Amino acid sequence: MNIAILENDHLQTLIDVLRKRGYQVIGPTLGEGAIIYDELNSTANLPIGWTDEQDGGAYRLKKRNDKALFGYNVGPHSWKKYLLSSELRLWKIKRNGGSFQIATENEAARKFAFVGVRSCDIHAISIQDKVFMNGQYIDRHYKSRREDTFIVAVNCGKAGGTCFCVSMNTGPKAIFGFDLAMTEILEGKNHFFLVETGTELGAKILRLIPHKEASEKEKSVADGVLKKTAEQMGRSMDTANIKDLFYRNYEHPRWNNVAERCLTCANCTMVCPTCFCTTVEDVTDLTGEHAERWRKLDSCFTMDFSYIHGGSVRASTKSRYRHWITHKLATWIDQFGTSGCVGCGRCITWCPVAIDITEEVHAIRESETVIEKQKTIVKEDVHANT
Amino acid sequence: MQTLEPYLAEHPFLKGLDPRHLNIIVGCASNVSFDAEQYILHEGEEATNFYIIHQGKVALEIFTSDRGPITIQTIGEGDVLGWSWLIPPYHWHYDARAIEPTNAIALDAKCLRDKCEEDHDLGYELLKRFAHVITQRLEATRLQLLDVYGIH
Amino acid sequence: MDSIITDSMIPKPFRIHRMLKETHDTYTIELESTNGADGFPFSSGQFNMVYVFGVGEVPISISGDPKTPKILKHTARSVGTVTKALLKLKSGDVLGVRGPFGSRWPVEESVGNDVILVAGGIGLAPLRPVLYSFISHRDKYGKIILLYGARTPEDLLYKKELEQWRGRFDLEVKVIVDSATGDWRGNVGVVTTLIPRIQFDPLHTVVMICGPEVMMRYTLKELQSRGVKNENIFVSMERNMKCGICLCGHCQFGPKFVCKDGPVFCYEHIKELLGKREI
Repeated sequence: MNIAILENDHLQTLIDVLRKRGYQVIGPTLGEGAIIYDELNSTANLPIGWTDEQDGGAYRLKKRNDKALFGYNVGPHSWKKYLLSSELRLWKIKRNGGSFQIATENEAARKFAFVGVRSCDIHAISIQDKVFMNGQYIDRHYKSRREDTFIVAVNCGKAGGTCFCVSMNTGPKAIFGFDLAMTEILEGKNHFFLVETGTELGAKILRLIPHKEASEKEKSVADGVLKKTAEQMGRSMDTANIKDLFYRNYEHPRWNNVAERCLTCANCTMVCPTCFCTTVEDVTDLTGEHAERWRKLDSCFTMDFSYIHGGSVRASTKSRYRHWITHKLATWIDQFGTSGCVGCGRCITWCPVAIDITEEVHAIRESETVIEKQKTIVKEDVHANT
Repeated sequence: MQTLEPYLAEHPFLKGLDPRHLNIIVGCASNVSFDAEQYILHEGEEATNFYIIHQGKVALEIFTSDRGPITIQTIGEGDVLGWSWLIPPYHWHYDARAIEPTNAIALDAKCLRDKCEEDHDLGYELLKRFAHVITQRLEATRLQLLDVYGIH
Repeated sequence: MDSIITDSMIPKPFRIHRMLKETHDTYTIELESTNGADGFPFSSGQFNMVYVFGVGEVPISISGDPKTPKILKHTARSVGTVTKALLKLKSGDVLGVRGPFGSRWPVEESVGNDVILVAGGIGLAPLRPVLYSFISHRDKYGKIILLYGARTPEDLLYKKELEQWRGRFDLEVKVIVDSATGDWRGNVGVVTTLIPRIQFDPLHTVVMICGPEVMMRYTLKELQSRGVKNENIFVSMERNMKCGICLCGHCQFGPKFVCKDGPVFCYEHIKELLGKREI
């Protein structure tokens, strides 16, 4: 892996080179009161000098006192906006004689270049890759978008108020899944990026941008930035034996507690970068001769989600929250081999009532420890008089 | 009756009974048979016997004015028919009709009631067994009530 | 319009050869491929996603004989928007089929054992293919017993076939209904009460159960009290499905996907899940 230095002034060249090669460059920008992902054609579109303050149920933009291009964490969007897309037409169908004829969408080949992908989101993309491309049935829409995606990762210069990538082993340093990975360094008058190449293609692109080799000192400064980020995590989660923890606590009273707070608003599933559930909608025109099938992002928090004739299997708020968290942290492991959570903290930030996934795990673990302690005390008492 | 004793001794309902108690029960027992479609007992009638079905099939029915007789349950070989003989005023609450030719052992209700009053141990043994039968029927009835195959 | 690409979300057209009325709200739909293809090979227990033009798609178990795949059969009950529209279709109409999907009943694995099929209501439909297979390889199995519970005598499926099966000396068929009016001469009660009335070797019996979840739960209890081992009991589960190919997330049942790990499950593998509510 090559490590190079890219001056701040030359970042625009990176965007230009990518666009010239037919990539639609997507990256962070200010919008809708937050830092969201949208098309970029210039570094001026980046939220220069902005940061975000995040906590349970709270997100605020704040001005920094420098001109950092990537001085914030993750917002309400994730890359599934482009790889999965919230609405996708799967096919059109028309009546044809006694039968019907289906035509699929051959999407004009769209090449995305994601600029500013955080390590947690790289893990999220890799987790969704397993869902859509590693099973018996491959989602060809996801595959065709994913295959051509160019990823420029950015290592976080600060940790967010709800971040816990360190607990989930998903950051803060991007170590795989990128074509290029940058760490932004601001030191006095110096403003540059330490760039690692991750692939041949990344190296090829880098060669087209003015850069120089990184010195040992510059490498160590970048390491220092990441070390500091790792120490600032806003949250933490103990993931030891977490699968079994959930499997043995389906009836834990904590679920009643969460149910009193949860609004089943589905925000968490919308902002979560790994949530992938979709629904299918068949629509027809007024003549009844033409119809279409659309795929739309869905949420397990809706009443319809688990509906079978007679009613919904998960009708109570309690069962729906329990399903979401158990899937994310436990059953996902049995289904896909990894946790479904990347520690990005979005669900904590965007929950209107500040339900905190790390706090829920902690509460259940705690209660088990209390019960164990009580058992030990009883045992000791029993033996005390012998 | 001597010929009934071995059959009753082996019957799941009476299995494990003290031979002394079994003897008392045999003393109140008699063989009966019913033709297909013959009514064994009617709702409201005095419960003079209860039956242990030996062979055949019996339908428990409730008569409704709009739909005629509705079968709520069928019982067959080995099942016990009738427990209203235990509870005053000792009247049947349902109709029971043999659907097929049916052989049964009839047990004289008054005879047994009197014997149970004399010998409470016998009474307890019989009531234990009836409690089991009644809970099984209740469980099955509850499942029927759920109407699991209906559209809800 | 763009060209057609092979894709598991695209239904293939099938023409309705015949709509057989089973009961007032249940029909067996017999389908043939529109392009004259050889047939639709499948394994007992599998299902298709059946598409009604412009209305929607539902998962329906295949209820025909795996040995005669030329005609594809589904037995469906009118319970929602799609099935209501489905049952209004006529012979000659075309619908879409995606599949077959899912796991199968252990037909081959049960060779040498007594086999009991316990069906509740429309649950007989996914079990009928198994019964066909058992009958065509009769000598490979011990006792073959079918216990079938329905709401009323009018709701019994496959009435003619039921009579034929009951008439055979090498099959034991017991039918029971929840309630009946005067002219029904058969059993009345809940299907679990049939289990104490059959003789079988619990150590060498495979049981396959399909029906409403409540009915399956109580059937399991009865079987366990007879000494049948959990690993010899198989159930067919149902959950909401949108894709049938493990990509939409709807059919999750704990860590299992009913479209891929099911719908047929060995009870031993899901016993904890079945005991929990709202999973």
